[in-house]
Amino acid sequence: MASIISISGLTKRYASGHVALHGVDLEIEEGEIFALLGPNGAGKTTLISIICGNVTGTEGSVTVAGHDIVRDYRGSRRAIGLVPQELHTDAFEKVMSTVRFSRGLFGKPRDDALIEKILRDLSLWDKRDAKIMELSGGMKRRVMIAKALSHEPRVLFLDEPTAGVDVELRRDMWALVRQLRETGVTIILTTHYIEEAEEMADRVGVISGGKLILVEEKTALMRKLGKKTLTVMLADPLPAVPAELAQWDVTIKGDGHELEYVFDTQAERTGVSSLLRQLGDLGIAYKDLNTRQSSLEDIFVGLVHRDADAAEAVA
Amino acid sequence: MIHFSLNAVSAIYTFELARFGRTILTSLATPVITTSLYFIVFGSAIGSQMKEIDGIPYGAFIVPGLIMLSMFTESIFNASFGIYMPKFTGTIYELLSAPVSALETVVAYVGAAATKSMILGLIIFATAHLFVALPVAHPVAMIGFMMLIAITFCLFGFILGVWAQSFEQLQVIPLLVVTPMTFLGGAFYSIAMLPEPWRTITLFNPVVYLISGFRWTFFGKGDVAIEWSLGFIAAMLVICIAIIGWMFSTGYRLKK
Repeated sequence: MASIISISGLTKRYASGHVALHGVDLEIEEGEIFALLGPNGAGKTTLISIICGNVTGTEGSVTVAGHDIVRDYRGSRRAIGLVPQELHTDAFEKVMSTVRFSRGLFGKPRDDALIEKILRDLSLWDKRDAKIMELSGGMKRRVMIAKALSHEPRVLFLDEPTAGVDVELRRDMWALVRQLRETGVTIILTTHYIEEAEEMADRVGVISGGKLILVEEKTALMRKLGKKTLTVMLADPLPAVPAELAQWDVTIKGDGHELEYVFDTQAERTGVSSLLRQLGDLGIAYKDLNTRQSSLEDIFVGLVHRDADAAEAVA
Repeated sequence: MIHFSLNAVSAIYTFELARFGRTILTSLATPVITTSLYFIVFGSAIGSQMKEIDGIPYGAFIVPGLIMLSMFTESIFNASFGIYMPKFTGTIYELLSAPVSALETVVAYVGAAATKSMILGLIIFATAHLFVALPVAHPVAMIGFMMLIAITFCLFGFILGVWAQSFEQLQVIPLLVVTPMTFLGGAFYSIAMLPEPWRTITLFNPVVYLISGFRWTFFGKGDVAIEWSLGFIAAMLVICIAIIGWMFSTGYRLKK
């Protein structure tokens, strides 16, 4: 599939000297839902802000729908709808007029039929004449999405769309994002909820300390998630894996006191019972058993820590 | 390629005028009432005791200065608020991420604020007719001069709004600099009435040239030659445009 966004070597150094992004390279494919995952302060918002035009990048280049974001900012920005993390709204404006304003601001001629459709899809039509200040937080978030969609963007950025949003609204938001994808809109969302990335994304990128440390298909990540680790605490330490256990993917840990077996929970035969039978047949006694499932969260935390350690080692 | 998005400019322009519309009472009634009070106090009560200045009755003499006083402060206030509020509330994200050039942004914001200043100036002009007989020697020049003043001071207000990082900073320049300079700039007197050295010192106040020029459009004469007035207003316009150009090219206080 063709890339709709190409980012290469993107670096951002703020005036304070803080480096928010270190040479990020990323291709976003047209029509996908891409989740950018990372802890607070990892650079997610900076990355989005540069692509959208709110922050100026220091080095590197970005193209959106083939338009360079600096040289041809009109072309790139016309293709983008942005829903920022904070609820920035004009309190005194009415819902309908603020959405109409956004469409005009992006250079499009007035189209009230389209705006009606957007407001209806977002369950905002009944509130079209309400002042924004009269709306609840969730409704304000919807207004911001309506504003971002008003000029029919090809790419929609949702910066932490469900931060501080109740469970019901979060479900609605997910349904909305899927519905948008059906219409061919590419969606990039940032989140620090793993659950959200798992639920929604086609691909997941993990960003930490301004570096993109992993970009992978969600299904590939889920396969890693499907793995479980069985740890067998041995009564007596083993110097090496006995040849009889070769058919299982077993390793020795903890100075020979532990046997570790990684297996796929999705597989027809996990091999757990046969391994334990074989241990019994070999007369290897064990004190305890423990199984543990690795989650996306583990992978994520592991990646982020490894990265932080590496950064410290360099410093 | 020369590109100008009329849709974007009209969206901002209409939005800004709608904002003024919501506060129509405070934004138009207040200056009109204030100016009427000036007319009653200075024009009628004190003015009746005053000699004519250059053959012009005092009540009529102060009209151009009063219009200028209101237009200076309102232009700065409106234009600075127009761009400061989105910065303050955070809604500027949308402007920065929109396919809108610096020129379009300035034309829309400054155009809207200048429109409001023009309406205000004309309302005060009309109100003055209720109090004094007011001949206008050069009506076209008067409108043209008002437009120049409105645009220049709205540009200045725009700069102030981009620069300001608090409401206090937003108000300090109009209140502490522009208003005193206007009072001292011959709004209520001819600088010919001042003794030396004040008369010479006053010539360093740019507002003198603006008020004098505007007064020329009414009465065909001012404290200084009309060319000087036009020169000053042109210089101020160019300086403001240059500063705005610099602000957008560096992203000064708009973009990180």
